[in-house]
Amino acid sequence: MIARKDLLELATLSREEVEEILQQAEPMKRVFQRSVKKYPALKGKTVLMLFYEPSTRTLSSFEGAAKRVGADVTVFDVPSSSVVKGESVRDTVATLQAMQADYIVVRHQMPGLPGRIAAMTKASVISAGDGAHAHPTQGLLDAYTLREIYGSSSDGKKVLIVGDIRHSRVARSTSAVLTKLGYQVAFLGPGSLVPDVPGITRFTNFEDAWAWSPEVFYLLRVQKERQGHQFFPSVGEYHKLYGITEARFNRIAAEGKWVMHPGPVNRGVELCDAVMEYERCLIDRQVENGVAVRMAVLYSLKPAVDGEASLGASGILA
Amino acid sequence: MEVLQREEGITAAISRLVEGIAKETSGEICLVGIRRRGDEVAERVAAGLKEQGRSIQMGVVDISLYRDDLQHLHRNPILKGSEIDFELEGAHIILVDDVLFTGRTIRAALDALSDYGRPCKVELAVLVDRGGRELPIAPQYVGLTIEPESSARVDVSLAKTDGKDEISVGKE
Repeated sequence: MIARKDLLELATLSREEVEEILQQAEPMKRVFQRSVKKYPALKGKTVLMLFYEPSTRTLSSFEGAAKRVGADVTVFDVPSSSVVKGESVRDTVATLQAMQADYIVVRHQMPGLPGRIAAMTKASVISAGDGAHAHPTQGLLDAYTLREIYGSSSDGKKVLIVGDIRHSRVARSTSAVLTKLGYQVAFLGPGSLVPDVPGITRFTNFEDAWAWSPEVFYLLRVQKERQGHQFFPSVGEYHKLYGITEARFNRIAAEGKWVMHPGPVNRGVELCDAVMEYERCLIDRQVENGVAVRMAVLYSLKPAVDGEASLGASGILA
Repeated sequence: MEVLQREEGITAAISRLVEGIAKETSGEICLVGIRRRGDEVAERVAAGLKEQGRSIQMGVVDISLYRDDLQHLHRNPILKGSEIDFELEGAHIILVDDVLFTGRTIRAALDALSDYGRPCKVELAVLVDRGGRELPIAPQYVGLTIEPESSARVDVSLAKTDGKDEISVGKE
């Protein structure tokens, strides 16, 4: 099996490929306990961070991961760069090419943009979130975090993803990878925000979803910037209908269910304060695992070699 | 492929390593096998040393992340990871591998070890030395020396890893 050049989405990866990345994240994570906390595998390689959308957490996670596998990191400061002055994506890529990047990590609001960049460059391109399309490394880190809990006995375990599913690339990538690994996934949210997806159970009412007995509650972040769209009446109303309220938290803790969230958390909206202190709240672990999983992703991709077509047999397009 | 040695030959080579190490070392030693097969050689050598009452620490090193040819590979080796659970600082280490050829694997293993700490001494034990060094690296303990053509391929199979003990040589 030849290595992939890019990681743009999870839907096109086989279960074996996903498991291979997750397996390798484990030894990557062990480097955190060593006296020298980095590996030299990508020594002399450059990873370029191209973030058209602000995200301190994902950016620093990728940056930490790239450094820990030995790469040099350049952060392309997009808001102040010429991109906002109307430079086309193609021109930007030409500039990036001139900077000799071997790996480009892209976050952009336009779905599919990382794929377009990937087709134009020899560098390996990783989507760090593109519109509502995909956030593949988030899906992988969620799968890795659950793998630490369930090991190889993940088949049939039930994960409930709660929130604005329709606009969430996290929901899309995480549900794609979890179903691939044999989990049962269900969505819960306001009717207009929960699409019908084959193979995924759909709930619009918390009690119905509770009766399905999920082992894991995965709360999506409420995107405050979408408030204007009036998909749900108010933040308070959202918390009451779909959030982990004090009362719901007591039931969750009593039954030892797990809680996940991609961060950053809006306290009092997706979940109440008490959840953050809960021993089965996996949010911090997700952050830690994010670095290890991104290290494994960087290690497993191969930029195209000079003279090869940039897409070759290894490229994938969204 | 021509079979050079089977179980008996490998058992004899392991005994030679055990004798050499027992004679030349004292106190606690740490055997660190290089994935894969170096770890099995290390286990078998350790078993022999323990029979003589020696105290042995065991470790495994995965050199995948330290190879000098990663960018020439179409696919990076699957990473299994190292397992060094003892304090490396000040330890007497014996690196163990199945075949010694160019020496590049050993160079990578030395780099990997030094990221865990600073041992007081590192030695090298190999089941088979086939010559052909490309780096200034020499083993202290050798189970068997062979001199195949430099382009020849030397394969070692071990009971636990491969289901049988065998050393064979053939054309690449």
